[in-house]
Amino acid sequence: MERVAILGASMTQFGQRDAWIRELLAEAGQACLDDAGVSPDAVDHLYVSNMASGEFEGQTGVPNALAHDLAAMPAYTARIDQTSSSGGAGVYAAWQSVASGASEMTLLVGGEKMTHRSTAEATDVIASLTHPVEYKHGVTLPSFAGLTARLYLDTYDAPRESLAKVAVKNHRNGVDNPHAQFRKEVDLETVMESPVVADPLRLYDFCPITDGSAALMFCPESVAREYTDEYVVVSGIGGATDTHVVHERADPTTMRGVVESADVAYEMADRDPEDVDVAELHDMFTILEFLQSEGLGFFEQGEGWKAIEEGVTERDGDLPINTSGGLKSKGHPLGASGVAQVYEIFEQLTDDAGARQVEADVGLACNVGGFGNCVTTTILERP
Amino acid sequence: MTDNDTPPMEAYRYADGSITYPGHPIGPDGSDPVGTVDLSEYTAEIVTWTSSTATPPGVRQPNHLAIVEFDVEDQPVRAIGQLTTDDVDIGDEVRPVYVEELRDPEAGIREPASQAWDGYRFEPV
Repeated sequence: MERVAILGASMTQFGQRDAWIRELLAEAGQACLDDAGVSPDAVDHLYVSNMASGEFEGQTGVPNALAHDLAAMPAYTARIDQTSSSGGAGVYAAWQSVASGASEMTLLVGGEKMTHRSTAEATDVIASLTHPVEYKHGVTLPSFAGLTARLYLDTYDAPRESLAKVAVKNHRNGVDNPHAQFRKEVDLETVMESPVVADPLRLYDFCPITDGSAALMFCPESVAREYTDEYVVVSGIGGATDTHVVHERADPTTMRGVVESADVAYEMADRDPEDVDVAELHDMFTILEFLQSEGLGFFEQGEGWKAIEEGVTERDGDLPINTSGGLKSKGHPLGASGVAQVYEIFEQLTDDAGARQVEADVGLACNVGGFGNCVTTTILERP
Repeated sequence: MTDNDTPPMEAYRYADGSITYPGHPIGPDGSDPVGTVDLSEYTAEIVTWTSSTATPPGVRQPNHLAIVEFDVEDQPVRAIGQLTTDDVDIGDEVRPVYVEELRDPEAGIREPASQAWDGYRFEPV
């Protein structure tokens, strides 16, 4: 099977935008066509990663709308919804379309428009993914984070400050990301004294509500070579699910979807966790950076917190995590986030990350939906 | 219905002896359910808990929540639910207390008729 390449990448400014979903998707899509040097009529498949444009905005049918706006007809289109991991699922679908031979040029655009809703309304849209026995109790994704963080700190005797240090690190990284929602450092004291959102987690342990879009162009490696030398290869990808009902997991601090999807991706790429030079993890909540880094095999179970204490995951550490600023600082427009994670790895592996640049030949992106309910892990490499 | 005429906190028992709350058409071992268990007749232990202040429309604020574990004839069964108080800790024993309406069904995004809105909070023993 010929390897699948990513030929071009783009992302819009993340944050509070005046643009609506159609405009956000078109902005990233057009920029990606330009970056890849691909004509719209060369696009065979066009996928849109989006969780809830109907619920947020009352706009459905966005893939067809985008195909028209980009003059990409008669491309086959589909919307990929896997909640917060819609972007990662879109990466999987786009990779699959090329790997299977069904498409020779696939454009993936992920996006979400959220900030016109109040925090309570947006929280409820996201919480609508929960099971009725969870939803009726008012369970939200932030409350899952609080429940799991308390158990993690108690089980592994980790200091509360270690979670705050994830926020401090990712905000520091975000300062150098021109697309990030927040380009402002925060100190440990600010995080630790911010308002409680889901005890023991506080405001700065959570990502913001965000508008934004990101895009990637996929094609066979032989086709990519016809366009440019600056592309990356998807060497491994895996997708997996865990229980829908979160409390049914034997150990809430283990993200089985991360473990299973990573196993598949590592095997496909013939790589080990030790081979990864840079990673983008789904830090929707600070606790998730620990859980994913352990599930991916970067650190032993219950020891992810030690990595932040020892500086391992800093930009100049042995394994930089979330050089983009992560969801925490960059923002989390649901359907865009998994695409934007791969955008950051693309930038790193094509030496285009500017002040965020690290030395890397192998990068990994892990996109999580729900509270670990659905996961896609992607391994990317230089050609 | 239980003795005091409140609905059961119904969990499913499967052929391999495992029990889940809520029930599913197919159990963890791939078999059909073979019976039900009313968890409201048991006490449970708090696995973890939180107090959520950023609550969605129609939900009390703050909303104290816990994941608890019941021991049903040596079979562990976990559930999530509201707490009656935040004066709790991991390992505390709680009992289910029936509540007719856990949140306002008309205030959130979910279709009110699509699910039940009553259920059980957990109260320290």
